Amino acid sequence: MSQVLTDKDGVKRYLITLNVNGDAHTILVKGNAILTNVLRDQLDLTGTKKGCELGDCGSCTVLLDGKPVDSCLVLAVEADGREITTIEGVSANGALDAIQESMINHAAVQCGYCTPGMVLSAKALLTRNPHPTEPEVREAIAGNLCRCTGYVHIVEAVLAASQGRVTPDDH
Amino acid sequence: MSANYNVIGRSVPRIDGPEKVTGAAKYTGDLKFPNMLFGKILTSPHAHARIISIDTSEAEKLPGVKAVITHKDVPTLKYGLSPARWDENIFCSDKVRFVGDKVAAVACLDEDTCYKALKLIKVEFEELPAVLDFLHAMDEGQPLVHEEYERNINTEIHQEFGDVEKALAEAHHVRSDTFVGQRTYQSPIEPHSAISMWEGEKLTIYSSTQSPHYFQHYIAREFGMPMGDVRIIKPYLGGGFGGKLEPTGLEFAGAVLAKLTGRPVRTFYDRAEMFAHNRGRHAQHMEITTGVDKDGKILAVKANFIMDGGAYTSLGIASAYYAGALLPMTYEFDNYQFDMFRVYTNLPACGAQRGHGAPQPKYAFESHLDNVAADLGIDPMDIRIINARRPDTVTPNDFKVNSCKMRECLERARVISDWDEKKKNLPHGRGIGVATGSFVTGAGYPIYRTDLPHAAAFIKVHEDGTAATLYTGSVDLGQGSDTVLCQMAAEAMGYRYEQMKIVAADTEITPLDFGAYASRQTYMSGAAVKQAGEEVRKQVLDMASSMLNLPVDDLDCEDGIVFSKSREGKSLTFQEVARKHFVLKGPLLGKGAYTPPKLGGSFKGAAVGTSPAYSFGAQVGEVSIDKETGEITVVGIWDVHDCGKVINPRLLHGQVHGALYMGMGESVWEEVLFDDKGRIKNAELANYRVLTAMDMPPIQSEVVDSYEPSGPWGVKEIGEGATNPTLGMFSNAIFDAMGVRVNSLPLTYEKVWRALKEKREREAAEKA
Repeated sequence: MSQVLTDKDGVKRYLITLNVNGDAHTILVKGNAILTNVLRDQLDLTGTKKGCELGDCGSCTVLLDGKPVDSCLVLAVEADGREITTIEGVSANGALDAIQESMINHAAVQCGYCTPGMVLSAKALLTRNPHPTEPEVREAIAGNLCRCTGYVHIVEAVLAASQGRVTPDDH
Repeated sequence: MSANYNVIGRSVPRIDGPEKVTGAAKYTGDLKFPNMLFGKILTSPHAHARIISIDTSEAEKLPGVKAVITHKDVPTLKYGLSPARWDENIFCSDKVRFVGDKVAAVACLDEDTCYKALKLIKVEFEELPAVLDFLHAMDEGQPLVHEEYERNINTEIHQEFGDVEKALAEAHHVRSDTFVGQRTYQSPIEPHSAISMWEGEKLTIYSSTQSPHYFQHYIAREFGMPMGDVRIIKPYLGGGFGGKLEPTGLEFAGAVLAKLTGRPVRTFYDRAEMFAHNRGRHAQHMEITTGVDKDGKILAVKANFIMDGGAYTSLGIASAYYAGALLPMTYEFDNYQFDMFRVYTNLPACGAQRGHGAPQPKYAFESHLDNVAADLGIDPMDIRIINARRPDTVTPNDFKVNSCKMRECLERARVISDWDEKKKNLPHGRGIGVATGSFVTGAGYPIYRTDLPHAAAFIKVHEDGTAATLYTGSVDLGQGSDTVLCQMAAEAMGYRYEQMKIVAADTEITPLDFGAYASRQTYMSGAAVKQAGEEVRKQVLDMASSMLNLPVDDLDCEDGIVFSKSREGKSLTFQEVARKHFVLKGPLLGKGAYTPPKLGGSFKGAAVGTSPAYSFGAQVGEVSIDKETGEITVVGIWDVHDCGKVINPRLLHGQVHGALYMGMGESVWEEVLFDDKGRIKNAELANYRVLTAMDMPPIQSEVVDSYEPSGPWGVKEIGEGATNPTLGMFSNAIFDAMGVRVNSLPLTYEKVWRALKEKREREAAEKA
């Protein structure tokens, strides 16, 4: 159980440790603080987007112990001590992940607001199922709403990444 | 110039791709400034109510609250987007006109304190009867939304071209149908945000805007400031689709809060507030009458529409005109009558949504045309081909059409969808439908009256020649204009796309551009960019001429290499020439500007719908319907477009996919629903029913070979045109599958089921 500090108005704050992209951050949060806001506002990891705060849009998707979750539906205190991957942790030292590269090359990115969540949902899929079928790709990203692409190029990009073809023929 | 282009026509990767896939791209709501406060707006819980009193004293006492403002603290000048009807105030002073109307605002140390403070503002309202049904808004005795607008009429249009009555009297067949469209909302995934800050008398606003220029103009006007003291910056923008075209309370209230506190203030909407601010698609009641000859050739069309404008005008006057103006685009006929009332109601204000004004009238007309075809026993594809607009024609409402491959689009869609085979052999319950669409390539006239050019651009080649930066006021809201304009710049310069950088949409740094609306960036901003690139190229060739001691006419520049056309081996790199230019002559710069020619007729409203060029397209869709439940499964969609020369094929098809995705949602699933108090019942993405990846069918998108003589390299629009056929296409596919016509949008499973039930009951009654 995390340490609790109570301020003069009686509001409790919890001392928690979030392991984000391999970095341990020990921070104080309110009990009702959602993980999205803590990542964005306290840790400055604004790649995690905020689109609805209702668990509808999926733009706040992060991996919690490897599983994709809507971080707006997770309290920061629930993530205490757990491993979190945000979009900032997907590419290492400037080298893009195959999904990221494939999404750029397939023009699967338009406004880009859903993209971080989309990349993480796809990443989780390909980790547990390296060679998914098209319906499996669609199901894996069904919790990530995109208003720009009709999902056509996104599905194409994820399938191509799973087959090691990050550059389409028409390039 | 070589006909083989080096940069345009290629699916180069987006210039902003790496930043967007890594989460590095900063949108307005991601930005932080030292000492920044958070601001929220208090809105009305009532659809129509008089404000008796507002008491902010308790809110002001709350620790962490830095400012509380009401109508007393802000300019009272009315604003809006359509200058003919400025009817909105920063805050309501006498009464509120819809659930969500702006009443007050707070600036606080953090977001939590904002919500607490809003609850402490005491507003005493006297509820008034509300106008919630637009079809009765003009009735005698209805309450008035705005006292100065009798019978709640916001806009009234009566246009007639040719002699409609005579043509109808002489027609072989005349038919009338009535259709109803629903309210939809753009629902970009990024919520609106604005960060306002002052340095002395200068105001800077970072905003999720589709048009920094219009924001700058309207904010300067509201606060009585010179435009030069207002700086609008658009960071990355997470979609707009028309919903982020005008300044909102976020900018106006945010600017006042920032002034009062002397600190940057970030104001923002949550998802429900976005739905309430709205500016989405109008609901519309549409009566259409058409007369045809025995072959199905259209002789005359009469359109009589009523539109639910909501509580304010927004860009709705244009929406009202567009609804009729774009109806005669895809088919040729000479006699046309258009009557329209846009009425005020106590609901959120409607404005411009993708396909501005056109998709619902297209739904009505395309459904109606299939009914006419069925009456005459003509194949729906054939009646469209018979009537398809030809190039170099003029519409009855005086729009000049240059390039037009409407017929070729239909013929190609017929082939790739296997239309003829399916039309013969699809079983009952499966159906195929077709519809057409067209859209402007940029508006011929600006939103407010001005003689400024519509677009401008600079290019700066860096001193060592290793990069060039394009400065443009255009807005990449996701469609990819930053990428496409860099391709166009590089092509015009003879440079390489990979060495292009871009600075866009910052009114202090980038030159004027009206922004992302009316599908104008590739054509209009592109025209300015092409001119700027050619100016750079000319200077590079001049310098190379003296460096190589060759006549300038003998030199060309492609892909970063300046070379002699006649002497092999005589070449220099663009880079070394550019560097030499900088050393000898100073900065290597190019500039360009674009103003459309004078367009359109001289009747009232003639300007709306004018454009230097129009896109055309045909869509075919196949559906399968469960007879027991009415459930609609989309089997496939085929889209064929005439959009002129294609600069970036992958980005272009992405626009088609997105536009028809949005149209598909509007066809069957999406609708903003209200309760009997005017409150939105489904102001969230799930219950509004935004389609997921699992809902989307296979889509085949093709273009026909096309060249628009008036556009840079022959380009035309693509971003909105593909929304326009979709609603009618679905209506027709369902009609083909089941033999029943659903006359209102969305074409829900329940409505299909009901129509089938009524048909069965009708048939049973006829038998008995």
